[in-house]
Amino acid sequence: MRASAHLQRWGITGRGLVVALPYLWLLLFFVIPFVIVLKISFSDIDLAIPPYKPLIEWIGKNSLAIKVDFNNYAFLFTDSLYIHAFLNSIKVAFISTLLCLIIGYPVAYGIARSAPKTRNLLLLLVVLPFWTSLLLRVYAWIGLLKANGVINNVLTWLGVIHEPLNMLYTPFAMYVGIVYSYLPFLILPLYANLEKMDWELLEAAEDLGCRPWQAFYKITLPLSRNGMLAGSMLVFIPAVGEFVIPALLGGPNALMIGRVLWDEFFSNRAWPVASAVAILLLILLVPFMMWYQSVQARESAGAR
Amino acid sequence: MANSGEAAKSAQWRDPTARAYVQIERVTKSFGDFKAVDDVSLKIYQGEIFCLLGASGCGKTTLLRMLGGFETPSSGRILIDGEDMTGVPPYERPVNMMFQSYALFPHMNVEQNVAFGLKQDRVPKAEIAERVATMLELVKLGGFAKRKPHQLSGGQKQRVALARSLVKRPKLLLLDEPLGALDKKLREHTQFELISLQDKLGVTFLVVTHDQEEAMTLASRIGVMDHGEIVQAGTPSEIYEFPSSKFVADFVGSVNIFEGKLIEDEPEHVRIGSDELGATIYVSHGISAAPEAIVWAAVRPEKIFMSTAPPGGTDNVVRGAVQDIAYLGDLSIYLVKLPTGKVVRVTQPNTSRHAEAITWDQQVYLSWDASSPVVVTR
Repeated sequence: MRASAHLQRWGITGRGLVVALPYLWLLLFFVIPFVIVLKISFSDIDLAIPPYKPLIEWIGKNSLAIKVDFNNYAFLFTDSLYIHAFLNSIKVAFISTLLCLIIGYPVAYGIARSAPKTRNLLLLLVVLPFWTSLLLRVYAWIGLLKANGVINNVLTWLGVIHEPLNMLYTPFAMYVGIVYSYLPFLILPLYANLEKMDWELLEAAEDLGCRPWQAFYKITLPLSRNGMLAGSMLVFIPAVGEFVIPALLGGPNALMIGRVLWDEFFSNRAWPVASAVAILLLILLVPFMMWYQSVQARESAGAR
Repeated sequence: MANSGEAAKSAQWRDPTARAYVQIERVTKSFGDFKAVDDVSLKIYQGEIFCLLGASGCGKTTLLRMLGGFETPSSGRILIDGEDMTGVPPYERPVNMMFQSYALFPHMNVEQNVAFGLKQDRVPKAEIAERVATMLELVKLGGFAKRKPHQLSGGQKQRVALARSLVKRPKLLLLDEPLGALDKKLREHTQFELISLQDKLGVTFLVVTHDQEEAMTLASRIGVMDHGEIVQAGTPSEIYEFPSSKFVADFVGSVNIFEGKLIEDEPEHVRIGSDELGATIYVSHGISAAPEAIVWAAVRPEKIFMSTAPPGGTDNVVRGAVQDIAYLGDLSIYLVKLPTGKVVRVTQPNTSRHAEAITWDQQVYLSWDASSPVVVTR
């Protein structure tokens, strides 16, 4: 009793602590690293460890110099490589999201309309791939797609093709990898949305003269809009910065911003430029994240 | 009882030459081994409000859904205005349904909801606007056209659903527990509105309900359903005063049922010896039953007289002790325990404010007119 009273005088309560914990977590593992990256993006490259010059320096005895360098950002706009990589990343993420939507919608719809007993099993199957490491699963695609891989072998054996198809290290392989990896992120929120839908609305629509496909188009589709948006954002946002999948499956000319970042950071040791790329990527994605947040808020508010 | 005007007055169902508007011919619907609707035949006439009354699971909703086209009969057929509905999908039937949950489209406002069916039929825009506006006025929602469903009260939603299903001028309107989600006061009020609306538009209504009071108020005729069958169809007063079975007597209103044996069977009267009652029941009309058959006499609680002094005569008189009293304001319910152990329910109107009150444990005489009991054989 006495101890808690003591704590309370300092404004520390149990509830306060519970609320403070996630903020503390975010401060430690998100805000501070972000500030460090931001700081590096404004500094000069240097052959040292770490490979950049400090922002704040003592010159002489009593003067402090703050040197903010915008060149790293300016550089990103002078070399077309970066703009190209940004645009390409957005294109790849957009197409991947679209493909996920086309494949994921029927799956989510099917699960939502299945019998409650089989529903849990189907959901489990969607989540099942997460039980293995992403890296392993992407590697497995190499085995499937390569010249003497499973797909080519089966097709040759069936006599469909006589020469192996060149699939690995093409945009096709990259899209396969991205769509495969991110599909569950689209299916799950969309399923959660569709599952809440009142199917009697479809009967009402049919009663009022809609054929089943018209009822789907006029009722189901607009009502699942928030689910589609939420799922799409969960695919699009990480897909823009995706590095592993294009690197493993996409081949040398899959120029994506994640790849550029990696190269700048590890190959060129150009930490300031890499940081600038990272910050710019973040700025690019913030509107999408805010959109996603507002969609989520609307969804949970129930007003559609 | 405010039954639907024209239909009730003309009583087409008594006229053998009248043409049935909706004809249900030997319809059965099975789900596996379970027969949800079992060989039902029914004729509904134009302008009627027909109520299917029954407990949940009796098959009334399945029958309604078959009329709407959402379920297909396993056998038998349904004709609406002479047209066979077999194989006709819901979107091509001249029928509209008002769903129990109302099923309003949440992403459309009131106006768009009501206009939905007309748009689907490619009715010209100007006509849609006019018909929607008229319909909204009719259900007193003129000022709510731009509201979304979640901004409406339960009663308003109910009226939007009604407007939406009526605006297409269906030949038959199906209503699934139309007042089920409303509170008691609003329900009473809405019942009368529904009747006057039906009278104005002349649309034939088929209502499904488990609420016997709702059925009695709305219906021109009631079909009582049990285990997938229509056990009795008739006007509300026929159903109430002349139930054809124990089930109907018990389901519609409250009733005292005494089991007994037919001891005197004349064309003009019968006498039933009932061990349960501990007396003989004299009924002033003949019945058709085998001699010495086990029959049941059903007496409504409001048709039983209760007195402290012995009434004249010996038939239809029993003595008992008041076990419980429920004072409801307009009337009181008395539970009277007979020497045989049978508890009889009696209702008495509280006509006087200062009546000499009958109280607990008091010995009373119960009696009824010879015309009051209904004798049923099943």
